[in-house]
Amino acid sequence: MRSFLALLKRDMLLAYRQGSALTMTLSFFVIAVTLFPLGVGPELNVLARIGPGVLWVGALLACLLTLDRIFQADFEDGTLEQLMLGPLSIEFIVLTKIIAHWVMSVLPLIAITPILAISLNVHADGIWAMIFSLLIGSPVLSLIGAVGAALTVAMRRGGVLLSLLVLPLYIPVLIFGVASVEAAVALMPMAPHLMLLGGLSLGALVVCPFAAAAALRLAVE
Amino acid sequence: MAIDLHKYANPTRFLRIANAIFPWSIVTTVVLLATGLYLGLFVSPADYQQGETVRIMFVHVPAAWMAMSVYSMMAVSSAAGLIWKHPVADLSAKAAAPIGACFTFLALVTGSLWGQPMWGAYWVWDARLTSMLILLFLYLGYMAVWGSFEDQSKAAKAAAILVLIGAINIPIIKFSVDWWNTLHQPASVATMDGPKIHSSILTPLLIMGLGYTSLFVTIFIIRVRTEILGRRLRMLRVNQLQE
Amino acid sequence: MNEFFEMGGYGNFIWSSYGLSAGVLIFLVIISVRQLRQVERDLAPLEETRRSFRKRPVKEGATS
Repeated sequence: MRSFLALLKRDMLLAYRQGSALTMTLSFFVIAVTLFPLGVGPELNVLARIGPGVLWVGALLACLLTLDRIFQADFEDGTLEQLMLGPLSIEFIVLTKIIAHWVMSVLPLIAITPILAISLNVHADGIWAMIFSLLIGSPVLSLIGAVGAALTVAMRRGGVLLSLLVLPLYIPVLIFGVASVEAAVALMPMAPHLMLLGGLSLGALVVCPFAAAAALRLAVE
Repeated sequence: MAIDLHKYANPTRFLRIANAIFPWSIVTTVVLLATGLYLGLFVSPADYQQGETVRIMFVHVPAAWMAMSVYSMMAVSSAAGLIWKHPVADLSAKAAAPIGACFTFLALVTGSLWGQPMWGAYWVWDARLTSMLILLFLYLGYMAVWGSFEDQSKAAKAAAILVLIGAINIPIIKFSVDWWNTLHQPASVATMDGPKIHSSILTPLLIMGLGYTSLFVTIFIIRVRTEILGRRLRMLRVNQLQE
Repeated sequence: MNEFFEMGGYGNFIWSSYGLSAGVLIFLVIISVRQLRQVERDLAPLEETRRSFRKRPVKEGATS
């Protein structure tokens, strides 16, 4: 447990000191969302209608940008191999990386979502629902993304393949996430959607570290 | 059980069995497809609601069946490849993927050609069409993984992991898309499964389904042979370089 | 006969879906057979040299 926490701390610290990646993802998110009003027109009703979907898709794509860095640096300089020789099993190493990715790359996205949601004229209830659904659903993005990242870590240009592999698997999160926001806006109970999202997160938590660990063993051996 | 499986996992034995089946599978494919097409195009009556367009069903539905069953077959053989280290299992999943992708593509295209006269649009975001589209993406991702590893045994394992994750996800995707579709149901969409299927339509449909299955077996045998011989070719080339 | 091809006005849709299905599947068969022939052609000389080196028959099935 102590080595788990130590590794987690190290990963977060590394991500924190590499702040440029974070600002880039955040700006990507903001720019991508800004493009939508410019594309569909500034009419507030339309924006309120498509807002939740736009925000979810934007968060999904922004998350995709940072995925390939989950294992990349440690794989290239050999740290990963050293870690695998250590006391911690690979599944836990993967889990620390996933947690670090979620905290350092996904949480900031969630933090600025309310501002973007206001700019898209999303209803106040919708904004709360947006935050809840992102908090509950976004771990799936990191978890499934880690599997894709582990599969493509040894490739020279794995980024494009990574998105091809991961995006179809993101669809359920997107659907339930947007549905919960829309339910909240329509003053309907959003609990079922959030529960489904939570179920997805827990399910992914069970399956994905093992799959990612298997893929990493493959890359390192 | 495990011993039995390993007996069939032996490439030579597999090739021998495949060679024995192969002529028969060609014959059954031709016979079944010919009967199915004859029954479907000439004998079966036009549907009273959908008119003649119902005939598209005879190429659409079997393709959709195959699209799904080929993916499940790939998942099973990938699992076998990971667990028992079958020499043929990975190759068979690899060989099946392009066939499955073709069937998925056909299911999508014929579905939209059926949709235009029925729904007035080539593409509607119907739950089934959408899930099929996602299935096509999964197939493409699987094939891309095989293409982007140089080491074939690593590619096999990576692809197997991907296909299993996909297989776990497919029911979830299917469920979520159904859910999404009921939330956003457009008013004018008629469902495909209206009246009960009459036997005059069901018989050619089943025959076409069997025909597609045996066509799959035929192409599958050809492709697995190619994969096995290809692996042997790589091995011999490496040996030659070493000598 | 003409009536048969028109399919009650939906001929275009029906025949193009049948044609596409046939086209794609036949294309797949042709591609698969070609790849098999290619591999067999590449494999033949290698098997030949191997046999002359080792002086023992290659496993049955792999060459056929």
